[in-house]
Amino acid sequence: MNADDAQVIGLTLGSASLSTLLIFPFGVALAWLLARKEWPGKSLVETVVALPLVMPPVATGLILLNLLGRYGPIGVIMGKIFGVEIVFTWKAVVAAMAVMSFPFLVRTVRLAFEEINPRLEQVARTLGASPARVFTTITLPLAARGMMAGAVWAFARALGEFGATILVAGNIPGRTTTISVAIYSDIQLGHDGHAYELMGLSAVLAFAAILFSNQFSKLGGTR
Amino acid sequence: MKILCCCLILLLTAPFRLQADEIEVFAAASLTDALKEIASNYEKTSGDKVIFNFAASNTLEMQIKAGAPADLFFSADEAKMNDLARQGLIAKETRKDLLSNSLVIVVPGGSPAKITSASQLADPKIRKIALGQPQSVPAGIYAKTYLQKIGIWDQVFARVIPMESVRAALAAVETGNVDAGIVYKTDASHSEKVAVAFEVPIADGPAIAYPAALVRDSKHAAAAKKFLDYLSEPSSLKTFEKYGFITKG
Repeated sequence: MNADDAQVIGLTLGSASLSTLLIFPFGVALAWLLARKEWPGKSLVETVVALPLVMPPVATGLILLNLLGRYGPIGVIMGKIFGVEIVFTWKAVVAAMAVMSFPFLVRTVRLAFEEINPRLEQVARTLGASPARVFTTITLPLAARGMMAGAVWAFARALGEFGATILVAGNIPGRTTTISVAIYSDIQLGHDGHAYELMGLSAVLAFAAILFSNQFSKLGGTR
Repeated sequence: MKILCCCLILLLTAPFRLQADEIEVFAAASLTDALKEIASNYEKTSGDKVIFNFAASNTLEMQIKAGAPADLFFSADEAKMNDLARQGLIAKETRKDLLSNSLVIVVPGGSPAKITSASQLADPKIRKIALGQPQSVPAGIYAKTYLQKIGIWDQVFARVIPMESVRAALAAVETGNVDAGIVYKTDASHSEKVAVAFEVPIADGPAIAYPAALVRDSKHAAAAKKFLDYLSEPSSLKTFEKYGFITKG
């Protein structure tokens, strides 16, 4: 491992963490809405969120590139009003990771909400707890393990993101090259040895994430 | 007086020094090693910074179309450059065909298949032949053009295993999962696990050009032009040759 590798790992871990933190509140809120509420357009939203699972990542990347790029609607707003360029910067890395990992978070957390016995919440209500109190003292703690699992899934997916990233963020050494993109580059160049080193590192990271989530579930206790 | 002169020169050039430019170069992945080496030399002498974005030429083309902040495009494929030129996204007058490459037929190392000419690929005993995808991957397009030219494409066609990149085709040969493959000479020279069975003579093969040009919307056109010129200087050409490319000029 050299200085470049350290930079690549730092960028990947940092972007994946930021992406997971950014999508977490939205993912949990949407998962709750999908699990507990009926509202118009629900199935449409469900489908849109699941699209990155179905489409090849390169297609998602192309859509993001056209949305966030210099001529794209979001790109124009960000550029003209805020003076922020997204594509081909680390922000695009985070954006690609966020979109690609969002469905993993939502689906896992949604299941966690659905598995909670609604009677527990009803009992709390009859005992005089406000809906907000029921949510924070009953629903959230019971869903905590599922939320953690969703976050770990999303984080792991973000670590491995490749197809959308290379299109919307490029492969700019020192700026947007993530571990997955670096592995791809190495394979393209015939640097197989270095590619395997990075694959080993990815495996270590995946192992660490799973270990962390297992420890967390133990701390969470039984339910 | 001398000191005064030096001071004056420093003073006059100071504004330019302060504006050490950053040039964004979008370059085909196969050029990575050579370009990194050339750029590090260039940065030392010019003071400008070269930032690369390495990907497949068709990915880079898509990105430039979407308004990527590229200053210089160095493609491994003429078609992608022509495409951008047609859409007016390239400063045409700056285009240079800097490099070329040649095709080789490779077989797995220690392979019993004895190939000494390209026409032997027509032999049905060679059951699987790995190429880059012959409609989209440049190396595959070139290989198909060549096989058509020597008149055996129709016999070979059904046994072609189309791969997502020239490197994937090489990997298929390296692992012995196909009997032969057609790849660039530069790729084959990297690998110890394949044997070059036949080199397509440059005169017989398709012209494989690596064109470079400034992007029309470049914000650092002057600096990018300087780097483009640097690429065709003898020291740079030597580096390209070191990595197996054929230089023009």
